[in-house]
Amino acid sequence: MTDPLLVDLSRLQFALTALYHFLFVPLTLGLSIMIAMMETVYVMTGRTIWRDMTKFWGVLFGINFALGVATGITMEFQFGMNWAFYSHYVGDVFGAPLAIEGLMAFFLEATFIGLFFFGWERLSPRAHLIVTWLVALATNFSALWILIANGWMQNPVGAAFNPDTMRMEVTDFVAVLFNPVAQAKFVHTVSAGYVCGATFVLGVSGWYLLRGRHVEMAKRSFVIASAFGLASALSVIVLGDESGYALTDNQKMKLAAIEAMWETEPPPASFTAIGIPSLKDRKTHLAIRIPWVMGLIGTRSIDKTIPGIDELVAHAEQRIRDGLAAYDALERIKADRGDQAARAAFDASSKDLGYALLLKRFVEDPRQASEQQIKDAAWSTVPGVPYLFFSFRLMVACAFLLLGVFALSLWHTAREEEAPRWLFRLAVLVLPLPWIAAEVGWFVAEFGRQPWVIEGVLPTFLATSELGVGNLLLTIAGFTLIYGVLAVIEVRLMLAAIRAGPEVAHVVEGLGPGGAAPSAEAAE
Amino acid sequence: MIDFLFDYATLRILWWGLLGFLLIAFAATDGFDMGVGALLPFVARTDGERRVAINTVGAVWEGNQVWFILGGGSIFAAWPALYALSFSGFYLAMFLVLAALILRPVSFKYRSKKPDPAWRTRWDWALFVGSAVPALIFGVAVGNVLQGVPFHFTQDLRPIYEGNLFGLLNPLALYCGLVSLSMLVMHGAAWLAFKAEGSVAERARQVGQTAAIQAAALFAGGGILVKLGLLGGYRVTSQIAWDGPSNPLGKTVEADSGAWLANFNAHPVLWLVPALGVIAPLLAALGFRARHEGLTFLLSKLGVVTIIATVGIAMFPILLPSSTNPGHSLAVFDASSSRATLRNMLLATALFMPLILGYTAWVYRVLRGKVSEEGISTGKTAY
Repeated sequence: MTDPLLVDLSRLQFALTALYHFLFVPLTLGLSIMIAMMETVYVMTGRTIWRDMTKFWGVLFGINFALGVATGITMEFQFGMNWAFYSHYVGDVFGAPLAIEGLMAFFLEATFIGLFFFGWERLSPRAHLIVTWLVALATNFSALWILIANGWMQNPVGAAFNPDTMRMEVTDFVAVLFNPVAQAKFVHTVSAGYVCGATFVLGVSGWYLLRGRHVEMAKRSFVIASAFGLASALSVIVLGDESGYALTDNQKMKLAAIEAMWETEPPPASFTAIGIPSLKDRKTHLAIRIPWVMGLIGTRSIDKTIPGIDELVAHAEQRIRDGLAAYDALERIKADRGDQAARAAFDASSKDLGYALLLKRFVEDPRQASEQQIKDAAWSTVPGVPYLFFSFRLMVACAFLLLGVFALSLWHTAREEEAPRWLFRLAVLVLPLPWIAAEVGWFVAEFGRQPWVIEGVLPTFLATSELGVGNLLLTIAGFTLIYGVLAVIEVRLMLAAIRAGPEVAHVVEGLGPGGAAPSAEAAE
Repeated sequence: MIDFLFDYATLRILWWGLLGFLLIAFAATDGFDMGVGALLPFVARTDGERRVAINTVGAVWEGNQVWFILGGGSIFAAWPALYALSFSGFYLAMFLVLAALILRPVSFKYRSKKPDPAWRTRWDWALFVGSAVPALIFGVAVGNVLQGVPFHFTQDLRPIYEGNLFGLLNPLALYCGLVSLSMLVMHGAAWLAFKAEGSVAERARQVGQTAAIQAAALFAGGGILVKLGLLGGYRVTSQIAWDGPSNPLGKTVEADSGAWLANFNAHPVLWLVPALGVIAPLLAALGFRARHEGLTFLLSKLGVVTIIATVGIAMFPILLPSSTNPGHSLAVFDASSSRATLRNMLLATALFMPLILGYTAWVYRVLRGKVSEEGISTGKTAY
């Protein structure tokens, strides 16, 4: 079996690089749309303040975008580097959306981003606006394809194991594209990106308004941000990816873990607002329960049950036993490719093959597993309940706080009076929240998927490359160093650009986003 | 009517061609901006000159780099075993490439954010490293692929790589790295001569001439190494089932030092490709001298295309030979995705590739014209 330390380090590296990448992605998603909206107002009204706003927010967008691109390269190649068995095992299905992302989205985005920055003087305002919208659309398409890939890891539809090639192969590509989990995740993720963009614009504008700087620009930005932010925050919360939770055993387990629901309750189930879940005792201490709420949210009904963790573990145990038949049949096929009886037996049980593989953590040949090992493997399908319980609540709290801030901001600006200073202060204070929510949200989604890398198909501990631990330590150290240095530089440049404000773009007329040489000129 | 296109054997060969197309497109586009980065400290000395050099690629390098990302994604989708083996096998080399490619976008973007000369010099070196290192490593990787790489599969098709970074950096592979570095430096110089004005273009002409002759000579030398049997050679010795299952354990392959020349000998017209790989760079060297910048750039591009195509043709139908278990080598007929995935991806490519080529051409048209120091200092948007 693969060294467990290697598995942990591979997971650590993926988590570090993915979470770091996703510091930049949501801002790109949200800001690109808001910039396109601002430029649309400019082209429609001809008022140059909207062009200056576009350019100013474009400078900040560019600083963020560079790191989003740079860290995205790592993601595209890390599957092959660290997850070679995964790549072989599911590349036939999982690789396609990644490749199409490049074809349809990233190419568009990367080709036109250059014109967005460099094309102000070479293009008519209308043509430039089209370029800006293409960039914004492409970033969103990009998210769509990545989430189709990720959605398949959570709910692997439209594929089957092929014993001749020893891997998963696509059987219904349309099902992969229209995977309901992927669709729900897409809406949830891009809405979260919009909230991030809106919070950023609201916070920076609030900071200017507190200091009475760039008031005309900041006021307009504040209004746009509060309206766009309110709509997006509602979308994140209402269209949250709850809708996918009923679909698979693992999604049900994730939901049960998030809510620390150990036992199946008669419907409609109660909601545990807060408590201390204990994996050891398999119950939640000091729980404060609100009757009915969980059943209503989780099933949108009063008569459907939500299975608890204990019930799901019993179910997993059954699937492990069924999976052993598939495993045995597959071994017989490997020994004799022409064994038709084994092929028939495999076809009948192949959907549970992944569950038999869970036993490989405990025993080399799953068919030799003891009763206790089967029970242990069934319990290994329970993810870290307390972590999920608390991080989910943190994410939701961030979302509702932001919703409140956007609602207040919109209400004050709609009354057309000077908004109170505490509101601007609040806007600055809540700046980190969308990032916290996004990072924690990914943690819930992916940590909650454990022990699977592909739900029900491939356990994480089997999916890595056969690398030395030393290699991993070296690259983790390398990535940490490079990413750390770049983070410091990025934040400093961002703050410097905010402090400098939009005049820079004014003073040297025509010099805009892209960094241009404003500072060089100013230095002369 | 077009059913024959979706036959498994045809799809595999088409995807072999598309793999080549994507890698060549990457080298022919991102190759010149990498060349510019690698040349930066040598052809441009003052800040103004460096800004000229950087701004010749400032608006297009990002789109060019997507060929690399798309190449990676397409290998994942169409050749999953190749993706799994090559990236995990060349692990630390890949990390170096990633580190370099992470530095590039940031260097382009952040260099101009401060006037401080120390700040800018630091980013110039980052850009140099970020460009020269991948240009070298890609060639080293090709050198290793030609020689064969130590790996095998378990019965569950778990890929096991047996080598290490220092094995990758063997002298013959480093030689191939020099071929690729010279080739991309030639290409970068051709772009600068075409796109820049003044002293930068002048120096680029000088360097480009040397690099082009060097690329041609090193590539021809590589041919001699192959002929001498020093750069590997593998031959499939079992019957090839072009529409068989993608399982690399079902064939036999032998190491055979003459094998990389077999396709050329079987179809002599193919000799045209390596011949152009030598002739085009030599003509480009003359072009630099004669100041036919546009023509020189096209000749340089032709050189890049034919040098890379030579490797693909030499190895067909093998993709990645195993030096320790030749039978486990990855080949076009047993390392691809399923027929359905190859077909779906072909349709997606047929739909989007013309769009990509169309809008990329439009962007280059919008950005046409030379880049000069006056141009970027008189209030134009620039890095």
